[in-house]
Amino acid sequence: MTPDLECQHLIKRFGETQAVDDVSFSVPQGSFFSILGPSGCGKTTIMRMIAGFLEPSGGDILIRGKSVLDTPPNKRPVNMVFQHLALFPMMCVADNIGYGLRRQGMAKAEIARRVEEMLHRINLPGLGQRKINELSGGQKQRIAIARCMILNPDVLLLDEPLGALDLKLREHMKIELKALQSEFDTTFVYITHDQSEALVMSDQIAVMNTGRFEQVGSGQELYYNPQTAFVAGFVGESNRWIGRVERIEGREAQVLTENGLTIFSSSQGSSLMTGDQVEIFVRPEAIRLSKKAENLDDLRNRLSGKVVSVLFNGAASNILFQAEEELEPIEVALPQSGEMTNLARGAEVAIGWTTDQARCFKWTDG
Amino acid sequence: MKTETKIGFILLITPLLLWLVLLIIIPHIDMFLVSIRERVGVRQYQSSLANYGTFFEEPLYIWTFVRTATMSILATLITLVIAFPASYYIAKMAKGRTQSVLFLLCLVPFWVSEIVRTFGWMILLRETGLVSSVLQWTGIVSGPVEMLYNDTAIMIGLVYTSMLFMVVPLVTTLESLDDQIIEAAYDLGGSGLSILREVIIPHAAPGIVAGSIVVFMLTLGNYLTPTMLGGKDSLWFTELIYLQFIVRFNWELGAAFGFMLLLLSSIIVWSVLRLTGQTLEKTMG
Repeated sequence: MTPDLECQHLIKRFGETQAVDDVSFSVPQGSFFSILGPSGCGKTTIMRMIAGFLEPSGGDILIRGKSVLDTPPNKRPVNMVFQHLALFPMMCVADNIGYGLRRQGMAKAEIARRVEEMLHRINLPGLGQRKINELSGGQKQRIAIARCMILNPDVLLLDEPLGALDLKLREHMKIELKALQSEFDTTFVYITHDQSEALVMSDQIAVMNTGRFEQVGSGQELYYNPQTAFVAGFVGESNRWIGRVERIEGREAQVLTENGLTIFSSSQGSSLMTGDQVEIFVRPEAIRLSKKAENLDDLRNRLSGKVVSVLFNGAASNILFQAEEELEPIEVALPQSGEMTNLARGAEVAIGWTTDQARCFKWTDG
Repeated sequence: MKTETKIGFILLITPLLLWLVLLIIIPHIDMFLVSIRERVGVRQYQSSLANYGTFFEEPLYIWTFVRTATMSILATLITLVIAFPASYYIAKMAKGRTQSVLFLLCLVPFWVSEIVRTFGWMILLRETGLVSSVLQWTGIVSGPVEMLYNDTAIMIGLVYTSMLFMVVPLVTTLESLDDQIIEAAYDLGGSGLSILREVIIPHAAPGIVAGSIVVFMLTLGNYLTPTMLGGKDSLWFTELIYLQFIVRFNWELGAAFGFMLLLLSSIIVWSVLRLTGQTLEKTMG
């Protein structure tokens, strides 16, 4: 089956800067594809090229197998939900949703019927005559999606549409967006800098940095098996060290960090040599915490020390652990199973992690 | 604390009240009193509506009145049609420095006084003027052409004088229109013309109405431009008022004319607001 959207060697230059640098990907029919990256990484540029507001400097964009480079944005089978939603404030809800159909020259009665049907589908029946500024943030969100979906686009582009919402509503809308996507069974391309949005909703995520895709994969793949240092650092939380490879033994690399800490880590199959500068990432939640050092005997990396501070944040609580004065503190997830609840600053604890939990990448100093 | 705010309020409102009462309300009351009195003998007056009667009895007065109103409306429309694309370009398409330079260019003509500006047009349009000479030199016409002292010349002058007052409110409202909204309309299948009609103009409506009201008022009350570019027979209503006050010393009739003009502009502005569904607060806020 031809993918709904395919980008081939997409390039965009703005003067000297290369905003998008030879990006290729394809999005299968009916899937939720996210592009995740820090601001300024070029993700909005890709989105605007797909929508047709920017012309690529090179490469091709195919929708259902056909190049759309010569198609102006108002003729492309692609619609976009804008960052600030861009609902038409001068029109009522029904006129907003019906705008695209009116432009297609559909009969008034038919438009009214379809708009009503769409309002039912997004659970806002009877709101057709409301003004845009009388709606809540979540309602506006749904109207903005409905306004696009009524046109049955092949691909729906979403440009960080949850950015303007408050936290509670954002959590709720993540679930709702995913539900809407499977209900409409349309391909969604979603761009965001918020990893949790991408991880929760997407089938496939592309992590983007400085104009390139670092890694494309499912949320699990990116989280458990990052292929580059950027992905390891960007997706999820991580403790990070810089050090030098002292010894290589099979898949295990022994690294001495700048502060004199020895870490055993997996070399990831990348061709590391003794003496290489490397970056090591260990997730706080991958570190085991114990009050007794002997409980951690089976772990390759072990440290004993003190709790420097407790960063309480409900389920996502961490502690800062320090083994010796000169070593930088390590963030460790606080288990919520009960035995650690009374842990306080200054308590003596031990931590440890396996070789596989420490990911090691060759450090290319940028 | 409460009395302090009260004193502050009084201090702030006093200049405004003085301005309104001394310069606008009192003169108008006085004008109105003048307009409803009739001279029956030397220094003998009685109140009557005779002055207003004179206005309605004399076809020339009514004709001038109607003509002034129609030409003012026309000038407003022409100004709008020219200013809208210019404002759109300044507000939406020009970026950074170009934007401020273009805006400044609209302002530049207002650095010289109106009379000098109007003389500029006379130099261009008169029989021995630039346009006439160029036309003769290229051979399009055989003799000198007089382009002054007709309605077209008046119209050119009026539109030119009013441009800035249309551009400023238009640029302001158009700038407040989010670019994403225009892009969204385009993305959803809108064409340039339909976006203009359904998105841009409805959004700019307060600016359009505000600019039109200001331009219309200025044009209706303009004296210099119609007189200079239109010559003696330009038949502008303000000229009639001037004539009564200064030449004829008939202050009573002049005051009545003044009130007719005030009435006319009020009616037209009110009906435009009603017609476009705008309110004065919305357009001026």
